[in-house]
Amino acid sequence: MAICHRDYDTGEVALTTSPKSTEATESINSTDTSAVAGSDAQYAIELRGITKRFGAVRANQDIDLRVRRGTIHGIVGENGAGKSTLMSILYGFYQADSGQIFINGKAVNIHNSRDAIAAGIGMVHQHFMLVDTFSVLENVMLGAEEHALLSHCAADARTELQRLADEFQLSVHVDSLIADLPVGEQQRTEILKALYRQAEILILDEPTGVLTPQEADQLFRVLTSLKERGVTIILITHKLREIMDITDTVSVLRLGEMVSHLNTVDTSMSELAELMVGRKLETRSFHRDEPLPTDTPAGIEVCELGVVDQTGKTRLKDLSFEVKRGEILGVAGVAGNGQSMLLEVLAGISAPSTGHVIVNGQISTAEKPIGPSQMRTLKVHHVPEDRLKLGLVKAFTAAESSVLGYQRSIQFNLRGLLQLDTIRKACRRLMERFDVRPGDPKLKSASFSGGNQQKLILARELEKLPEVLLVGQPTRGVDIGAIELIHEKIVEMRDSGCAVLLVSVELDEIMALADRIVVMYEGQIVAEVNGRDANKTQLGLMMANAHQNAAA
Amino acid sequence: MDTLASLFAILDATLRVSAPLILAAMAGLYSERSGIVDISLEGKMLASAFAAGAVAALSGSAWPALGAGIMVGIALGLVHGFACITHRGNQVVSGLAINILASGLTVVLGIAWFSQGGQTPSLASEARFMPLELPFADAAQVIPIIGPFYHDVISGHNFLVYVAWLAVLATWWVVYRTRFGLRLRAVGENPLAVDTAGLSVSGLRYRAVIICGALAGVAGTYLSIAQNAAFVREMTAGQGYIALAALIFGKWKPLPAMLACLMFGFLDALAIRLQGVELPLIGEVPVQAIQALPYVLTVILLAGFIGRAIAPKAVGIPYLKER
Repeated sequence: MAICHRDYDTGEVALTTSPKSTEATESINSTDTSAVAGSDAQYAIELRGITKRFGAVRANQDIDLRVRRGTIHGIVGENGAGKSTLMSILYGFYQADSGQIFINGKAVNIHNSRDAIAAGIGMVHQHFMLVDTFSVLENVMLGAEEHALLSHCAADARTELQRLADEFQLSVHVDSLIADLPVGEQQRTEILKALYRQAEILILDEPTGVLTPQEADQLFRVLTSLKERGVTIILITHKLREIMDITDTVSVLRLGEMVSHLNTVDTSMSELAELMVGRKLETRSFHRDEPLPTDTPAGIEVCELGVVDQTGKTRLKDLSFEVKRGEILGVAGVAGNGQSMLLEVLAGISAPSTGHVIVNGQISTAEKPIGPSQMRTLKVHHVPEDRLKLGLVKAFTAAESSVLGYQRSIQFNLRGLLQLDTIRKACRRLMERFDVRPGDPKLKSASFSGGNQQKLILARELEKLPEVLLVGQPTRGVDIGAIELIHEKIVEMRDSGCAVLLVSVELDEIMALADRIVVMYEGQIVAEVNGRDANKTQLGLMMANAHQNAAA
Repeated sequence: MDTLASLFAILDATLRVSAPLILAAMAGLYSERSGIVDISLEGKMLASAFAAGAVAALSGSAWPALGAGIMVGIALGLVHGFACITHRGNQVVSGLAINILASGLTVVLGIAWFSQGGQTPSLASEARFMPLELPFADAAQVIPIIGPFYHDVISGHNFLVYVAWLAVLATWWVVYRTRFGLRLRAVGENPLAVDTAGLSVSGLRYRAVIICGALAGVAGTYLSIAQNAAFVREMTAGQGYIALAALIFGKWKPLPAMLACLMFGFLDALAIRLQGVELPLIGEVPVQAIQALPYVLTVILLAGFIGRAIAPKAVGIPYLKER
């Protein structure tokens, strides 16, 4: 029955617990016996002076961290602050250049995942490490099979898995294929994998990014019950709300350095946010002070626009609105209600089926649609919703991505030859102005964090001084510091007389920026409100198209 | 009874012709299930056929020849592994290089050692794997249909044909019933999951290419010292690729891949049988057209069915721990 997959060969790893029947909580009582000179054994994990460089980039610089056994410790930091690198070092994916790791007070060397597992560390990666074509059971067993023949160990594994699932309320369908399961259940499988390997330290990397709010709540209940059983949990996230809700202590990483260790009860979201970005954050409202004069010309006009896609499904229906110069029109709505299609039509990527769009005196209709490059010459510029799909090419360098769509302009293109030097210089200039980090035009687009990619795309489009700016989900997956800059830049454009159409599923963002808000529901505009007067409840009802009933 | 006899003759030929395909397809299965594309089945078979032919000619015995064929297959498998696993090279390029190497080297060495235009000397029957009579084959002939079927189709093949069938069963058992099989399937689907589970991706893939090389070696050996009595230059004639096609066709599963091999073998056997035969309405079909038939059908079948085949997700992608 005993499932012992650990490889104790290293000899350096000595755990205080473990015959598997032992309840994890007993381990706490037995810690005294394991106290070792050099480090305090009350800490499940202790890191000392961990440093890791990738070329010139210092991903982790002299990091110290101590996590008490049986607590939940949060690690926050912006994207690219070095959180994932640190955890990868702990899980044996990378070797630290210098520094020491202590587990339960004993120094350990972690060269690979096997060592990490042997040291009692389990990790739930942001992108799950599961085999899609395997069942939950097979995934849990993989690498921890006790016998060369599956028939000899599958039954035991199933019993053990079921026991763990029941004990920690991690309900899973043991025999379902991973590919058929919702993400929440896939994540539970990952946790079970770690527990099956008798992990006493569980690291979760951005665990709620893919979960619905309900699934996230359930996850937190599970984490709390794990903690009660003595499991030490490290939660890596950039969502401060989660830190405040569930952690006992929290560490803040900034630019590869630990800037602060705090007790969660002694801190606040705003303090953490400031520590993360390293300066004070102001909450501002960006609305215009004065309403626009009524005779302000429109930047873009949409008349009775409709789109029917190839499958015959109506995607947009009878849309009419205009965006005035010097105005931000926010388009709110639950994702998938036609906002993406609207952006595509306005940017010229898709043609209207009925109705028309007027830009700069030019009319785009079903018969004579205006294409994307012509839209650009008409000074309509587009920051797409999905930056990896439409905004840049991951394998291109930043310099190449920074001229996408403008590669034919005489500035960059001399009779078919790209002016690489000019392009690089232009890119460097964009990077400086928009604070894109690292500011190296030769770096691959994929190696930038989401926020920096977005800043680069925004820089590329704003540089062309658009008269109409179309922005989709500008801050999706972007860290706090970058959000601030992106919002400022958008408002700057508005103030210089550009007509801005902002599509976002983040209500806070729309409410902070938009002068007017339209709400889309099933391809139609169902409501319009003034940005200043909007409130969340009202918008929420409109997004569900329930506001009329509520009013009646 | 004449039609039955000729049907049995075709089936008998089918089994004979498809044996190397089955062996090679099983070889490819291990490699591709672990995530390593193996178009070098062709080259491995060719080199092993040469090695077996040469050793059989020199030693006068089939068993050392089989050993030599397997060793050469494994050696080339390790070359492929070194390029693709250790150095994360392009798997198709590496495979192609092995094929070109085998194609050239067998002829050069053949001429240098045996001076017979790249062939190895013809083998006496004791240096080959000869047909085996299964127990009760003669006695069973009195049973109608089943008896002659047993005698004509099942019995009377050489040792390696039976090895090929066993290889299918063994492969199925290994892939679906053992710990190694579970890990093998996992590493071809998501090597990162295997790595984070504390297993060695490279170790698993090396084991897979070694098994692949050994089986491809048996397939090559079959060609030169079981099906034929000497190594002939380019004697694989695309069978490695056909085996690969059968593997894809069989969706990387042992039993369906074997069925695909049998189908290709059947078409081949049928083609031989149909040469010079008058068909109703069409008349005598040119030999060339008949010989082309298996390949034409392969193209049609693959074009028609391959869309539904889902490859191991990580196949062809070198494993790199990414940042």
